[in-house]
Amino acid sequence: MTAPFPRFRPVADHAVLVEFSDQITDAAHAEVLRLDAALAANPPAGFGEAVPAYVNLLATFDPALTDHDRITDALRGLLIGRDLVQKTPALREVQVCYDADIAPDLDQVAQMTGLSAEAVIAAHLGGDYRVFMYGFAPGYAYLAGVPQPLHLPRKPAAVRGVAAGSVIIAGPQCLVTTLTMPTGWWVIGRSPTRILRDDPARPFLFDVGDSVRFRRISRAEFVAASVTP
Amino acid sequence: MTSARFVIRHVGPHTTVQDSGRPGLMRFGVPASGPMDRRSFAIANAALNNPAGAAGIEVSLGGLMLDCVAGRVTVALAGGDFRMAVGAENHGPHSVATIAEGDRLTLRPGAFGSWAYLAFGGHLRSLTWQGSAATHATSGLGGGALTSGAALVIDGATPCPDRHGQIDVSNDHSKNNIFRVVLGPQDRHFSAEMITAFLTHSFTLTDAYDRMGVRLGGPSLRPHSALDMPSEPILRGSVQVAGDGVATVLLADHQTTGGYPKIATMLACDLDRFAQRRSGDRVSFKAVTPTEAIAAARSHIAEFAAEIEHIRQPRQTLAQRLLSANLIGGMVNARE
Repeated sequence: MTAPFPRFRPVADHAVLVEFSDQITDAAHAEVLRLDAALAANPPAGFGEAVPAYVNLLATFDPALTDHDRITDALRGLLIGRDLVQKTPALREVQVCYDADIAPDLDQVAQMTGLSAEAVIAAHLGGDYRVFMYGFAPGYAYLAGVPQPLHLPRKPAAVRGVAAGSVIIAGPQCLVTTLTMPTGWWVIGRSPTRILRDDPARPFLFDVGDSVRFRRISRAEFVAASVTP
Repeated sequence: MTSARFVIRHVGPHTTVQDSGRPGLMRFGVPASGPMDRRSFAIANAALNNPAGAAGIEVSLGGLMLDCVAGRVTVALAGGDFRMAVGAENHGPHSVATIAEGDRLTLRPGAFGSWAYLAFGGHLRSLTWQGSAATHATSGLGGGALTSGAALVIDGATPCPDRHGQIDVSNDHSKNNIFRVVLGPQDRHFSAEMITAFLTHSFTLTDAYDRMGVRLGGPSLRPHSALDMPSEPILRGSVQVAGDGVATVLLADHQTTGGYPKIATMLACDLDRFAQRRSGDRVSFKAVTPTEAIAAARSHIAEFAAEIEHIRQPRQTLAQRLLSANLIGGMVNARE
């Protein structure tokens, strides 16, 4: 229970969870990204897929070909490796329109933070965002890096029917939704930038670890970008 | 190539196009999806000698009614105890029949099982996403849910009467209500009493049951900490416990990460059987070690491969089957 990190936990008959911390820290997330890159470069026999999260990574495997112990040994070996090529994070741009009718919570966020709506927008645009993990639904990329003045708890109850493309924030996190779904996060804008893409070579806009910058666009640009597939 | 065409006259909720799924994209928030009961789906395809993983239809307890409006195609039914009527003929839960223009095909659930699979002798025309027709129910991505009034088209439809009749399914697991799990990976957030409760009490599947997962009724398994734990990856089979102590088993369309602790994770080789349980059914969980889990997975993989290989073998011709039933045989002898 108090074994030092990283900890390796067997999962069912086909996975191992590697934990680097039980608190979200940049150092632990950097370890996740390092192991993820190492696995992609040198996948052990029988390895299935890696699921990187904030401070842990799940590695699945084919139980016909390997087992928890052998995968754990391989993961330990990759962590010890010193000749790792660090992946350079790409910078991705996401367009966002902050017009009131498609940013229904902007005024309330302004009230709660004591800022003007324009100051909220400026703060949001000024954030230094990183893709920490995907989850919840296809293409839901959790971006860390919302500036401190905009950190708000979630709404007490989820709001239904929040449109796909909504730019939503809660605490230090920001997300661009891909589906129309309920959410308890604050809707501060709408983006025409597609996270799920039709490009088979790059079906998802972000990789975990990428940097993200938001760019403000006008309503006319939003409309034009929204009709382009 | 000839096509067969159907019009969907009636379809219940949660009936979708599925193939073997799209593994490898969990890092992008995408679960593999695919059939809730992968074994039965494979049986239906093998019974028609289809390529493994060919797209078919996963039918929920809401049932399905199709009218064949053009062409002729052989279909295979596998899965729970569903009944298939083709025109005036009635068929049991694991069976193969041919449906032709003017025939109505009706699937109705019987006494047990939650999902049935309909495979076609031909290629089911469907949308794909990321190379797979498997439907992710929440988003509708993939082949999608079936809707009343829509058409289904089978390209390259080939009637194969030599495969008609009962599918020879060897293993009936429908009475076994014990499901094997490996504890964790967040069992440390539960007291010893809670772990014991999880492994000694039985639980009921509630009607909060869809392709994402099923909520269980039973003793509260309240975690003693950890509601602020960082989100961690989730698998099909994760037994996740919310802060109120209610457990949910995540299934084919599970979310890929989540912040609730997982008390245990069900063995992949027990999930097909589990997914065929109905709301109201009672289940219990048995903990095995990771080593035992690997041994169970390997024996399941071998058994499954042998079963599919057996079902894939061409069935005898009608004449040979009659012969083996000693009907024609008797006649031949009489002439000698």
